[in-house]
Amino acid sequence: MANLKDHLGRPVVAVTGIGVVTSLGVGKAENWAALTSGKSGIHPITRFPVDLLNTQISGMIDFLPSSTKGSSALTYELAETAAKEAVAEAGLDNQDFDGPLFLASPPVELDWADRLALYAGDKEGAGYERLLKVARSQNSLDMFETAQFGSIADRLADLFGTRGLPITLSTACASGATAIQLGVEAIRRGECDRALSVGADGSATAEALIRFSLLSALSTNNDVPEKASKPFSKDRDGFVLAEGSAALVLESLESALARGAEVLGILRGCGEKSDDFHRTRSKPDGSPAIGAVKAALADAGLGEDEIDYVNAHGTSTPENDKMEHLSLSTVFGERIRKIPVSSNKSMIGHTLSAAGAIEAAFSLMTMREGVIPPTINYDNPDPSIELDVVPNVKRKAEVRTVLSNSFGFGGQNTCLVMAREPV
Amino acid sequence: MVNRDVVISGIGLVSSLGEGGDAHWDKMTAPGVAPVTDAERFHPYVVHPLPEIDWGQQIAKRGDQRQMETWQRLGTYTAGMALDDAGIKGNDELSATMDMVVAAGGGERDEAVDAGVLAASENRADHDVLLNEKLTTELRPTLFLAQLSNLLAGNISIVHKVTGSSRTFMGEEGAGVAAIETAAARIRSGQSTHVLVGGAFQTEHPDMLLGYELGGYLHRGPWKPVWHRRGSEGGGVVTGSGGAFLVLESREHAEARGQKIYAQLGPVVSGRARRRNGGLEAGIAELLSKAELPSGELLAISGASGAHAATAAEKTAFEANPAIATRALSSLTGHMKEAQFPFAVALAALAVSRGAGYPAFEAGEKTFAGKPASVLATAVGYHQFEGLALVSAPR
Repeated sequence: MANLKDHLGRPVVAVTGIGVVTSLGVGKAENWAALTSGKSGIHPITRFPVDLLNTQISGMIDFLPSSTKGSSALTYELAETAAKEAVAEAGLDNQDFDGPLFLASPPVELDWADRLALYAGDKEGAGYERLLKVARSQNSLDMFETAQFGSIADRLADLFGTRGLPITLSTACASGATAIQLGVEAIRRGECDRALSVGADGSATAEALIRFSLLSALSTNNDVPEKASKPFSKDRDGFVLAEGSAALVLESLESALARGAEVLGILRGCGEKSDDFHRTRSKPDGSPAIGAVKAALADAGLGEDEIDYVNAHGTSTPENDKMEHLSLSTVFGERIRKIPVSSNKSMIGHTLSAAGAIEAAFSLMTMREGVIPPTINYDNPDPSIELDVVPNVKRKAEVRTVLSNSFGFGGQNTCLVMAREPV
Repeated sequence: MVNRDVVISGIGLVSSLGEGGDAHWDKMTAPGVAPVTDAERFHPYVVHPLPEIDWGQQIAKRGDQRQMETWQRLGTYTAGMALDDAGIKGNDELSATMDMVVAAGGGERDEAVDAGVLAASENRADHDVLLNEKLTTELRPTLFLAQLSNLLAGNISIVHKVTGSSRTFMGEEGAGVAAIETAAARIRSGQSTHVLVGGAFQTEHPDMLLGYELGGYLHRGPWKPVWHRRGSEGGGVVTGSGGAFLVLESREHAEARGQKIYAQLGPVVSGRARRRNGGLEAGIAELLSKAELPSGELLAISGASGAHAATAAEKTAFEANPAIATRALSSLTGHMKEAQFPFAVALAALAVSRGAGYPAFEAGEKTFAGKPASVLATAVGYHQFEGLALVSAPR
């Protein structure tokens, strides 16, 4: 009989449903097959013209009905698709979830297509004055809702019958992990037996791409798109902007066992530490990321020697990969050379607000399947980063525990520790 | 499950009325105080503008100030006031272990760049290429960071060294409700000992007004107080720039360090009424029933926005409770979106701490002459989500 309480006397949190969408496809099966065969989802941008853009590739989701309908519509569809898969797998009523919803989603603004359409709605006045004038005459609830930060979660809450006021959150590139962390904490507080944690990002617009480009954050390796994301390689030159989503049904182990649900994994611990150094760069000594990893291990009640695999944040930017190596080698010492550390982003790119949730989903599948997805495009190792990155080819391995890292602009550092089995 | 008391030990406030808890108390308890409004800049909309602020008082480095636009500066400034008030600012140990939940919208877009794109769009059909041309050459790189929702929290970490955990909730008034509800739940359960929580809203940018007006929510024409906007032109909301941050703390933690306590934060309840089906009135009534309201006369600081449907529902729900005397704070400050609920809670805390109520903010609000042991704070979203909290004297 598994323990229903953890080392600190809190309810153990199980995962009973997983859903995922990335540029590799819809659903766990398609994604897992592609991920373990080292396939890349990165491709040339077709959603908008790439004239004058330094970066012309991405991991956008181009195969959903909402793919051309703007950030808000696509983010919603991504969230709904992943959540449906997760709730179905958990065997729960998909209209009466009856637990809280935590949604990590991008802070989307009114799309340019809508701004331009509003502007064309009149001939007098200029700039925002005209936009406001047309807006008050048109009174378009659909357009209004795309610019409200609470709308996507509101619609999801309606559809799935989640409980109470849904929380929409952003911790930049750590958002997906934060959504899971909030669910874990709510269950541990005894507020609910289960929670639906979703990370979704369909916000790869031209403006988003340009903004990241202006910060020199993106790879410009346009010629061979599938080779552009190369975490831990010497010639890495930035991340690849991407879209996707993942959803987890989190449930107290007690509730999961009581209703005979299949336990897909355990969310053992969460750790967080903010960085006060700079808006986009990490403190040079890596102490906040180190603090977040250590906090997650402590929260999970595991020692440094009890992590079998690290699902890296691994963005393929020069800064992140260097700092992530520094923090991992500081926490794990010499043993870090022997721990497999791979980056899903080598294949799916950086899905921003969704990344932490997608990578948690893949971490759970890694443990269940006993197969570690590779870091692809590892042809030119960075000699200063001595890691076993599971280069280019998947690896069979017994993986009992995973550390998944998420680091974001604004000093956000969130780490999750997951386990295959309850103890 | 442990259940610790949550207390309010620091308050930071900025609105058109001024800055700080004392200034707001003085202004808002002066009978017949006139709101500060600007009807010219964004005609036909009236806004409650920010007062003159010496940013350097809370954001010492000019380099930090330059990295932000007004929204982030305002939030970082107001957060600093709350930390100062709670005796935490500059205390490295307390700052490094402090958690943070920020309710945020987005930052300001570059109005000139947007206007340039719009103007040029009239003369050509290839709008997508136009966007690439304009945005690649005219956007300032750092503006992106000044717009990102979670970078208000990021700047608070950088400027004030609050580095425990950092979460940013989005979603208009509901984000402010969820931020306080989550922060309080963390403290009650022992997940946090002290939390910085709050938000800011900078309405003096046309894109911020557009966010409301796409749904036809803004009041037009001459300014009117909140409960008197029905039947006026427009949607009823008059916005204001402002910020509200609170330091929430477990009673034990605050008392152990000898910190002054303003108030105890009682139940914080939230909801998502099915408004399209007319469910808001019942939703508010249900929240009231869960808030453990004391018997007898009760003062309520209402965050009502003025939006016609939501404000009417809140009014009806209050009228069903004749013991409640409401004060619509937006009549004096304007609607501050994500900051609305934290602001209402702060005003409630000031009242129980001072042992006095506020006079009516507008004609028709019932008198309240007693010494409030508890004060209710509400935020019913102009479009969605609602919440309330009961704030009580510190004991």
